[in-house]
Amino acid sequence: MQSTTENDLECIEVKKHFGSVRAVDDVSFDIPKGSFFSILGPSGCGKTTLMRMIAGFEQPSSGDIRIKGRSVIGTPPNKRNVKMVFQHLALFPMMNVYENIAYGLRCAGATRDVIRTKVHDVLARISLPDVANREISQLSGGQKQRIAIARCMVLDPDVLLLDEPLGALDLKLREAMKIELKLLQHQFDTTFVYITHDQSEALVMSDNVAIMDKGKFVQIGTPQELYHNPAAAFVAGFVGDTNRWAGRVTRVENGAVEVETEAGLFMRGSVRGAGAPSIGDLVNAFVRPEFIRAEKSGAAAQKIDAGHNVIEGKIDSILFNGANSRVLVRDRAGELIEADVVLTGGTEDLKPKDDVTLSWRAEQTMSFLA
Amino acid sequence: MAIKPNTAFLTAYQFYILAFFVFLAAPLVAAGMFAFNDSLFPSLPWRGFTLDWFFNDTEPKLGMFHDRRLLRGLYYSFVIASFVSLLSVFVGTCNAFLFVRCNFPAKDFFYIMMVLPLVIPGVILGISILLLASNVANSAESAFSLDLRFLRPGIILVVLGQFSFITTITSLVIIARLKKFDESMEEAAYNLGASRVRVLRTITLPFLFPAMAAAGIVAFLVSFENFNTTLFLVGSEAPLTITMYDRMVKVGSTPVLNAVSFFLMVGSAALALVSVLVQRDKPQT
Amino acid sequence: MKQNDIKRLSLYLLFAPFALWITLLIVLPHLGMLYISLREKVAPRVYEFGFANYINFFNEPIYWNTLLRTGSMSLLVTVLALLLGFPIAYYIAKIAGHRTRGALFLMCLIPLWVSDLIRAFGWILLLRETGVISSGLQWAGLINAPIEFLYNDATVIVGLVYTVILFMIVPLVSTLDGMDDSMIEAGYNLGGNGPTVLRRIIIPYAMPGIVSGCIVVFMLTAGSYLTPILLGGKNSSWFTEQIYDQFITRYNWESGAAFGFVLLAFTSLVIWIGLKLSGQTLNSTVARS
Repeated sequence: MQSTTENDLECIEVKKHFGSVRAVDDVSFDIPKGSFFSILGPSGCGKTTLMRMIAGFEQPSSGDIRIKGRSVIGTPPNKRNVKMVFQHLALFPMMNVYENIAYGLRCAGATRDVIRTKVHDVLARISLPDVANREISQLSGGQKQRIAIARCMVLDPDVLLLDEPLGALDLKLREAMKIELKLLQHQFDTTFVYITHDQSEALVMSDNVAIMDKGKFVQIGTPQELYHNPAAAFVAGFVGDTNRWAGRVTRVENGAVEVETEAGLFMRGSVRGAGAPSIGDLVNAFVRPEFIRAEKSGAAAQKIDAGHNVIEGKIDSILFNGANSRVLVRDRAGELIEADVVLTGGTEDLKPKDDVTLSWRAEQTMSFLA
Repeated sequence: MAIKPNTAFLTAYQFYILAFFVFLAAPLVAAGMFAFNDSLFPSLPWRGFTLDWFFNDTEPKLGMFHDRRLLRGLYYSFVIASFVSLLSVFVGTCNAFLFVRCNFPAKDFFYIMMVLPLVIPGVILGISILLLASNVANSAESAFSLDLRFLRPGIILVVLGQFSFITTITSLVIIARLKKFDESMEEAAYNLGASRVRVLRTITLPFLFPAMAAAGIVAFLVSFENFNTTLFLVGSEAPLTITMYDRMVKVGSTPVLNAVSFFLMVGSAALALVSVLVQRDKPQT
Repeated sequence: MKQNDIKRLSLYLLFAPFALWITLLIVLPHLGMLYISLREKVAPRVYEFGFANYINFFNEPIYWNTLLRTGSMSLLVTVLALLLGFPIAYYIAKIAGHRTRGALFLMCLIPLWVSDLIRAFGWILLLRETGVISSGLQWAGLINAPIEFLYNDATVIVGLVYTVILFMIVPLVSTLDGMDDSMIEAGYNLGGNGPTVLRRIIIPYAMPGIVSGCIVVFMLTAGSYLTPILLGGKNSSWFTEQIYDQFITRYNWESGAAFGFVLLAFTSLVIWIGLKLSGQTLNSTVARS
């Protein structure tokens, strides 16, 4: 039966309970053909369980999982055309590279010639044409990564699952592999479902990202949407760096609010997420450091737009990190606020103990009902 | 290396280590050396080198390879050890999967039961199995006039008796290896489309094989050298250790026993070496 | 569900050999032995239930004296094996270079694969009146008449220590091997000296290995048969000899079974006390090695 759907993978109200623990709670989503989809969440949020259900290692307590429009509930993992790259790759150490890649083809009963062609073909596509006869232990970390992907891709899966495969790599290699994975996904034009707790991996590579917390999907969207328009306080706090205040609403006017933080600061902000706050409600307010401008107090007499929040403070310390440098400013209430700054190395640079004026546009304060 | 102690202390320490290994080697050297002494008694003085105690075919210097009873003992030991090692590796592998992979009630209790045979004195194991077998055989004979020959002292009882505690050793060896196995390896194979049987055959068993081989060799050697348990269960087919003991008690020490000792030591050392080699992993990452 | 059925079936299939082994070769034989030890022979082929075999054991001082002697000598052997073996294990695990370590460990293991009988035989050749040591001393002019080193308690103890010390060294090496060197270095760094580091850091860390080694060594010694007989001769008075005597020489199976149980109970008691004193469990020690 030919399915008309354009989705490679659909999950419909999937639930998984372990005893009284709801590991995955009513998760629904669909992934269009050929896209890179990430599931991002803190450890223990249920993302691994979800992936194991898609691969077939766990059975959902209820709900349906469809691959290319067809339900796979009851199909054992070795009969599903969903392949998986494991966290520690799980390459078979007793076989060499060729045998590792040929394993799935052998299981499918391919002939010797077909196997040889396909293995060499896939090795060429991952640009490692000469490693067929190497032992696994002779490969570098990045090569192993690619072999693990090739081992799955040679079987032409409908969906490729990747379970935090970059976790074991060192930082430099991880950065390089992010780009490489994205390129590989383009090249194979297969749906990748990528699980991670590392937001930068998810943001850099994905077409769409699902934020998962306590077994539920909090928001699904493109990386930009998640970053700039988080649908919930959890997303705002989890994706990207941010300053965070808990406070109380003191004024409401068409879509904007004024918030008094616990320490007694006042700021205006835009209302995000579900629900319309009214005066007296508890809210969480988030401002990303790159939206905050920090200027020496004397020079700050220059125009600051009327729509801006302004806070006076004193620089506590400078976190120099090249283009990503940041200052920690202690405000009058004694809280620390982070703001991105440009440090040129000149005498005009901000220094510790400087008095500064912080300012940002009101709508960049994202307020969520607590 | 930890903190280096001062040199005088270290020298004394190393001297102690050396003395210890001399202590370890002394009786073995003595037992092996006199196999080559051209004398009727395994004692000094040294009367020159000979291989008679291995190959000579006439009394009084009958070499071990012409001594019918010793050869028969060797043969029985070999048969017994082979059965014991096959059986105990099989059950040990089952135990490994049982205790590493399965969950069942009172698992800790059963685990202790599994380790227990190792600490029961061998003499007691031998006796208890002898008693049970004889009682069952006697009852069968008086009640049904059945003659259950295999329950009388003999090769089968010896195999069972040795198997009863050697299985603990093989289980522990194989369990240790299976615990190191990364289960995602099996899931990966399963995910690549392999059937359960194929996963077992191509992934799990090849990984386990070195431990199974080493366990088999250990079982073989422990069986070969066992005396305490065997003593009570042995019938007319006496294995080598029992034959040697008989000879030692009845005839007194003769250099042919040294020859057998030398032969066994070389054989054991070779097998032990093999077991170390098969267990050595290919370098990982 | 289908996968659960497969799981249950494989559990049963795997449990079957284990259950057969433990039930038929360990549990039933010992129950049978207990049963036999509890029957009294009142007439030929007529038996009654009773504790006569055990009462007999306690009424005859020679029997329980032998047991106590076996027990105390086994304890002595265990302590000696620990004292002699610990420095060796420590050297292998912590001081020896990477290459010598493997070689030394192997050398420790080689005697393990040589039969008890051959080892005892070797000692006999060394220690008897016409043996290597006696003749050597005569040749060197240190003594002028042959000396018999065999057939005394000291020899038996040396022989037993020799036989069992490997079972002490192996678990000790594997425990000490798992100990991070930096722990010892931290001990010194924080101001400890040799003895305090040994007492406060190394020994507590090695405790599971020590207890495990002691249990195995004690059991092997108390249950040993060949070494005391061959090296101790007629008057070695080892308890296993009494058991053998009851079974084979006197053909008194009831009393032999009772003796066997007494030995089992006695050794278990000693080990139980040892575990309690050291705060370990059977699972945390023997099962690990």
